[in-house]
Amino acid sequence: MLKGDPLANVLYVDLTRRQYSVERREDLFRDNLGGSGVAIRLLEEECPKGTDPLFPENPIIFAVGPLTALFPLASKTVAMFKSPHTGNLGESHAGGRSAIAIRLAGYGAIVIKGASRSPIYLAIHGNEVFFRDASSLWGMGSCFTVGRIIRENEPGAGVRTIMRIGKAGERRISYASVTTETYRHFGRLGLGAVFGSKNLKAVVVSGSGKIPVKDPGEYRRLYNEIYDACTLSQAMRKYHDLGTSENVLPLNALSALPTRNLLALKLEKAENISGETMARDYLGRRLACSHCPVGCIHIAALHEPYQDEPYFYKTSMISYDYEPIYALGTLLGITEPSAFLKLMNRVEAYGFDAMSTGVVMAWATEAFQRGLISEKETQGVHFDWGNYQEYIKGVEKLVSGEGEFYQALGKGVGEASRIYGGEEFALNFAGNEMAGYHTGPGAHLGLLVGARHSHLDNAGYSIDQKFTPETLPSPEKLAEMILKEEEWRQVLSSLVLCFFARGIYNPEVVQRTLSCAGFELSEGDLHQFGRMIHREKYRFKEREGFSLESLSLPQRVYQTPTPLGEIKEGYVREFLMHFSLKVKEGP
Amino acid sequence: MKKVTRLAVSDTERCVGCQLCMFACSRRVNVVGLESSCIKVRSVGGMERGFVVVVCRACPNPPCAKVCPTDALKPRPGGGVILNKDLCTGCGKCREACLIGAVFWDESQSKPLICVHCGFCVNFCPHSVLEVEKEENA
Repeated sequence: MLKGDPLANVLYVDLTRRQYSVERREDLFRDNLGGSGVAIRLLEEECPKGTDPLFPENPIIFAVGPLTALFPLASKTVAMFKSPHTGNLGESHAGGRSAIAIRLAGYGAIVIKGASRSPIYLAIHGNEVFFRDASSLWGMGSCFTVGRIIRENEPGAGVRTIMRIGKAGERRISYASVTTETYRHFGRLGLGAVFGSKNLKAVVVSGSGKIPVKDPGEYRRLYNEIYDACTLSQAMRKYHDLGTSENVLPLNALSALPTRNLLALKLEKAENISGETMARDYLGRRLACSHCPVGCIHIAALHEPYQDEPYFYKTSMISYDYEPIYALGTLLGITEPSAFLKLMNRVEAYGFDAMSTGVVMAWATEAFQRGLISEKETQGVHFDWGNYQEYIKGVEKLVSGEGEFYQALGKGVGEASRIYGGEEFALNFAGNEMAGYHTGPGAHLGLLVGARHSHLDNAGYSIDQKFTPETLPSPEKLAEMILKEEEWRQVLSSLVLCFFARGIYNPEVVQRTLSCAGFELSEGDLHQFGRMIHREKYRFKEREGFSLESLSLPQRVYQTPTPLGEIKEGYVREFLMHFSLKVKEGP
Repeated sequence: MKKVTRLAVSDTERCVGCQLCMFACSRRVNVVGLESSCIKVRSVGGMERGFVVVVCRACPNPPCAKVCPTDALKPRPGGGVILNKDLCTGCGKCREACLIGAVFWDESQSKPLICVHCGFCVNFCPHSVLEVEKEENA
């Protein structure tokens, strides 16, 4: 790395003592680049073995990378922590303005430890850190309002990130998100609950500094090349035009669109809730993360009349993507866009992870229909496919945390089904809820073995779509493909490059961009680095009790044939054996 | 006859808030980051309501120049101002005089950052929010 690059500055914040300090960690960044690579090292340093995820000892780590603010699309922030949802490695990525703000505030990573006795929020403006009283924000009904108030009270408009939690995080729902810039999320593994456990309502970071570059001439040439590749080529068109919701119709056509808790794979009225319909009838605005020309963030404008008075309307701006459409739409049998958007709006206001919330309620619906739970448990909520009003009531109950049933539901589908039954149809993957693909074994096994149990760890769903039932790869071959993809993605996420830009940032381009930041690495070095970071994550997981051998898929996944045919238990066992052997081989 | 160029914001409704213009402006003077940017994109008050592009609008009779006590800021042909850094004392009156907030500040040198209307940022606006206007200057 280049001499004096502020990337090597790690900000340590102690919420218990309300103190902070900065350390130069040049070796840490030189050896681990940034993002995931740096974050897993810091997690190992800061998180004692066996730490309770909701105890003050659990650290929150944010890391960005050497390319952040240097080149377009290196705008993700990696968050690492011990997950209250899985009890194991927690890793979550979000964009918005977060990465640029952290980097230009003069940091490569931020470590937050301890817990405050009363609600606070952190304001980090360049080299100054403030511990602000957040008592008046605690318990507020909507995450949107919290963002607005902080926005009006803090400097740095345009060059700041405001990461905050909603009521779900305050109540320590194990899949509560941290929302940033209103529409981006550190989702899935419960970072919001970790914030809540520390009485930390929000973290504001602002910065507009500068960073060094090696060869300004080469830098500008390469910048222009990448900019052209992002804007002129077709590589990223899909994300800009319809966004990820473009996936609805192709997956439906393929019979791979999870519908009604995976009881079906085709939705009768899929076109109603497709990316095309959403764009035509609801798209109100597109947004971009800072330093990204693509602008994949799609915001729907929902125009609704009030029922109690004529000519009184409200317009809500609600983000949508493929995964929320799957989880809060198709999986719950909701085909009406306005119904999906109303439910989504509520989930956003409280700061739940949309995917886990949808999967949990899909399980509740089937359990309710089968009589495993009754109105007594649901407190009068009639979970029923397509009935969004009942699902909204369910979300209200969930956030209130009243009653044992909703408390269990607030710990995920694994916990709820363990207590109330129905594990065979609980879409539980190693403690995390299913993603929106039933394309074949790659999708499900990729999610199961992915280091953070995210469909984006290795994109197994994408591997599936390269095959037919006749050409289905052997379990060993699939294990090899999944592992290879996940290892390369460690490089991308250590450079905090958006995975949507993976087609542009090939190994050669990565090498050249890194050279501008003062990192001279060969292609072989990069691949070796990816393997090493992957194994580091696995080492942490195993330290905390994870074992590949104990994994299994929910029965429902076996019972519902994929476009590549039925998934066989023998295939899964063999896959896990090969995957485990490959991971044990070391880097 | 010489052509003068002027940067113009043609349609903020098309702005997605990517801020590539801000990065371009600093890069133009070989600064990586945002420290030397003379253009800023911020939300109207929540991204859902869109963006404001704050940049010098090339006033024909610029208030910033009028209040400059040392004549460091001189009106520029075609609108806007030209900064003579040697004359600038960093008093900050220009910044206060600009209603739209388009006089940015270089904290390290304690001097204003003034848009020169070169149009470099326009090349990096992927959604046609910015444009360069050209006019004949007698």
